[in-house]
Amino acid sequence: MKKKLTLATLWLDGCSGCHMSLVDVDERLIDVAGIYDIVFSPLVDVKEFPEKVDVTLLEGAISTDEDVEMVKRVRKSTKTLIAFGDCAVTANVPSMRNHFKLEDVFKRGYLETTPGNSIIPDEKLPKLLEKAYPVHHFVHVDVFLHGCPPSADNIFYTLVEIAEGRTPELSKRARFG
Amino acid sequence: MSSSVKIKTLTIDERQVGAREDQTILEVARENGIRIPTLCYLKGLSPYGGCRMCIVEIAGSPKLLPSCMTTVEEGMVVSTQTERIKKYRRSLLELYFSERNHVCSVCATNGYCELQSMAQEVEMTHVHFPYMYPHLEVDATHERFVLDHNRCISCTRCVRVCEEVEGAHTLDIKDRGIDVRIITDLDQPWGESETCTQCGKCVHVCPTGALIERGKSVGEMSKRKQLLPYLTKMREAQK
Amino acid sequence: MTPEDFKKIGETHRKKRDGFDYTINVCTAAACVSLQSDKVKDELTRQVKEQDKKDVCRISGTGCLGLCASGPLVTINNDQALYGGVKPEDAAEIVKNIDKKPVKRLQIPADMPFFARQTKIALEHCGKTDPEVIGDYLALEGYEALYNCLTTMEPVEVIDIMVKSGLRGRGGGGYPVGLKWSTVHKAVGAKKFVICNADEGDPGAFMDRSMLESDPHSIIEGMAIAGYAVGASHGYVYIRGEYPLAIKRLKAAIRQAERQGFLGKNICETPFSFDVEIRLGAGAFVCGEETALIASIEGRRGTPRPRPPYPAQYGIWGHPTLINNVETFANISPIVRKGADYYASIGTERSKGTKVFALAGSINNTGLIEVPMGITLREIVYDIGGGILGGKKFKAVQTGGPSGGCIPEEYLDMKVDYESLAQVGSIMGSGGMIVMDETSCMVDVAKYFMDFCQSESCGKCAPCRVGTAQMYNLLNLISQGKATMHDMELLEELCDVVRNTSLCGLGQTAANPVLSTIRFFRDEYLAHINDKKCLAGVCVIEHKEEPVL
Repeated sequence: MKKKLTLATLWLDGCSGCHMSLVDVDERLIDVAGIYDIVFSPLVDVKEFPEKVDVTLLEGAISTDEDVEMVKRVRKSTKTLIAFGDCAVTANVPSMRNHFKLEDVFKRGYLETTPGNSIIPDEKLPKLLEKAYPVHHFVHVDVFLHGCPPSADNIFYTLVEIAEGRTPELSKRARFG
Repeated sequence: MSSSVKIKTLTIDERQVGAREDQTILEVARENGIRIPTLCYLKGLSPYGGCRMCIVEIAGSPKLLPSCMTTVEEGMVVSTQTERIKKYRRSLLELYFSERNHVCSVCATNGYCELQSMAQEVEMTHVHFPYMYPHLEVDATHERFVLDHNRCISCTRCVRVCEEVEGAHTLDIKDRGIDVRIITDLDQPWGESETCTQCGKCVHVCPTGALIERGKSVGEMSKRKQLLPYLTKMREAQK
Repeated sequence: MTPEDFKKIGETHRKKRDGFDYTINVCTAAACVSLQSDKVKDELTRQVKEQDKKDVCRISGTGCLGLCASGPLVTINNDQALYGGVKPEDAAEIVKNIDKKPVKRLQIPADMPFFARQTKIALEHCGKTDPEVIGDYLALEGYEALYNCLTTMEPVEVIDIMVKSGLRGRGGGGYPVGLKWSTVHKAVGAKKFVICNADEGDPGAFMDRSMLESDPHSIIEGMAIAGYAVGASHGYVYIRGEYPLAIKRLKAAIRQAERQGFLGKNICETPFSFDVEIRLGAGAFVCGEETALIASIEGRRGTPRPRPPYPAQYGIWGHPTLINNVETFANISPIVRKGADYYASIGTERSKGTKVFALAGSINNTGLIEVPMGITLREIVYDIGGGILGGKKFKAVQTGGPSGGCIPEEYLDMKVDYESLAQVGSIMGSGGMIVMDETSCMVDVAKYFMDFCQSESCGKCAPCRVGTAQMYNLLNLISQGKATMHDMELLEELCDVVRNTSLCGLGQTAANPVLSTIRFFRDEYLAHINDKKCLAGVCVIEHKEEPVL
């Protein structure tokens, strides 16, 4: 039996839909578990991102200073980094705030939509960047797995291909949106 | 066809094809089942030559030419899918996606959009040019239709169908460069337009979610692609 | 009207002029007018009256004398004395000394290299005639070329002269004029048109404006000869609305020419009819592109369409149309008069004749010049141009405007012709020539031109519309010291995409200023990116830690 690869999954500025789709791989999860050891994920209880990971599925756009730090850290530790889903690939829905001023975004988010609230929290929260960015704006991405969310089939296909040492060919399989 | 029309033979992607002398490369390619991607071209409307997706290589010409507006010539050798052209098409499409706020996942035409499917066709997996994120309006003043500038690619199919087929000329284009916008009447809100006949042709020729029917939610706005061919056919039958 | 008739008009006019001992010519082209040459002219007229020299001295307005840097310019009897920087209060002294020694403190030596090194063909009348008086033009063999063409030559013979002269389109493309004329001549069409492209739009260029302000009749005559050669009976001058003086003079000239029978029906009592109309542009750069220009004349949005078909086959309203620019038309009548061989004897093997340049930027003698093709850049910059302003160090010369490139010092001894300029990544262009010294930042220059292109892009095709805006943003980042080498790669990639996929010349050449500055001044780009430094000290780079990137 081949040595298992390590897999990390990460959830930054996204809705977790891509992770849901990962779970939608259904009974094939058993196959995935046969090839990969999940070493870091919202689905497992590990606090620190490991020093060395073979494959990372990165969901979500990069929206805060913490995200930037994290994505750089992940890049350093990961052999094959997969931008996982439209938010990671295009910044998608999080980017819809990009043509507004940050100040207006906060006002809308904390004041106008929350009657009675007069405080915009600014402590202990990650600092929001001026814009939400796709992952490849900051670090090199090895595989773009687009879709909102990417289909379970495409996720499974990608993981298997990488495990087999091939480059997944997603341009014709996957679709934005 | 009158007997004076001459027939030309040419090669498209290493296939010998015959064509009438007044036909464009694109028309001949399509007749022969050779697919050339297009965005601004639409059969039944005047050719525009603006989207540049249909560029092809012609042996002996250093310039890439739009197949939608280049007429055939005897002995022409056309290549539609060279690596060079494929690379340019991908770059062009990335420029489209970077220009405005094309968020497919929350678009009424998600699943029916030509820009979206073009990404698959030209094998674009991501946009490596910086996104421009312009602040753009949505004109929802019309009782039946919505014009969302965020999703417009300025192909002017709507402008052309409104002028050439409907004859209303409600839609037109203003400003230039990156600031070009589709406008209604003299840049008034669509809902206040006095010339709009509410025919909806613009909506159904629009390749993206820039023009949709009011009330359509994400993934609900399919476009009636047969509309224009049907109209053209009926008009020809009347003549 | 026979040539005798209009020679008579010219003769009468000449006699009238020769009846005076002195003619004081005051430049009334835009550059000098902006320095109040009109007031100088008024004051000279008043002084002539006051000093009772009305019988021996006449005052005349004249076209551009070229040395705009020293305006307002005044000449006495064309070559007796040349005065520069003349103020209205100098008028009394000039008139007083008219029959004595020239006023030393105002005098510019007429043998200075600026004048001596030029060869004037297109500008032959500029500064010698009053552009508002047709008689002045007739006195200098005006409209004789047209008359000779109409009465002694077949259209093909006229075309043959153009072919033999080797004249190439002076609008920038350099397409052989004879070939273009012959194509339109052969094109089948009940109606044909001639268009004069006077939509001069390059920043820093003012050749067309000066020629129209200084010698409008030569353009009209050139157009009429072209009309005869290609079989057109109608001409348009498409001129930008920002040139009010040129428009005024051209309008007046058209009226005069019509009255004298050089335009209209049965010109010079021959079967040939030709009229000229003016169409004003709103100053969009893209309307200088011939298909956009045609759309604009037709009353449509000024956007280009793919060529072929070329206007020669399918032009205005679908009719075969000849489009040449102002300078090209200005060359026609001299070529017919002096002969193709004369013209072809000037210049280089593949670039014949002369070229008009608008010399601008950091140079002592800014102004309008006409030089033989094949002259070196060094001669233009240092001999004619008088060197760099303030004794600074030369850095580059920019030709071809937003479609051209920057040529560095190492190519100063290069011959100026179409091929040589193209070889170093620039173009001949329509004649804008901007000289830059060591205080110019080449990234900033590239950014300036890209800003121009992105705001002048018509927006019809995606590569030009989005690509130029993207390139401008990247250049902006570089100039602010915020860019990485990855941005530089993107910039170079975009140059390639925009150049190869754009619809018209505007987009296809928009990357040239960037490409040529990267080619010759890469170190400046790298200094901005890696060292966060602008070597010329032009770009403002804030030295603060960026929160991201």
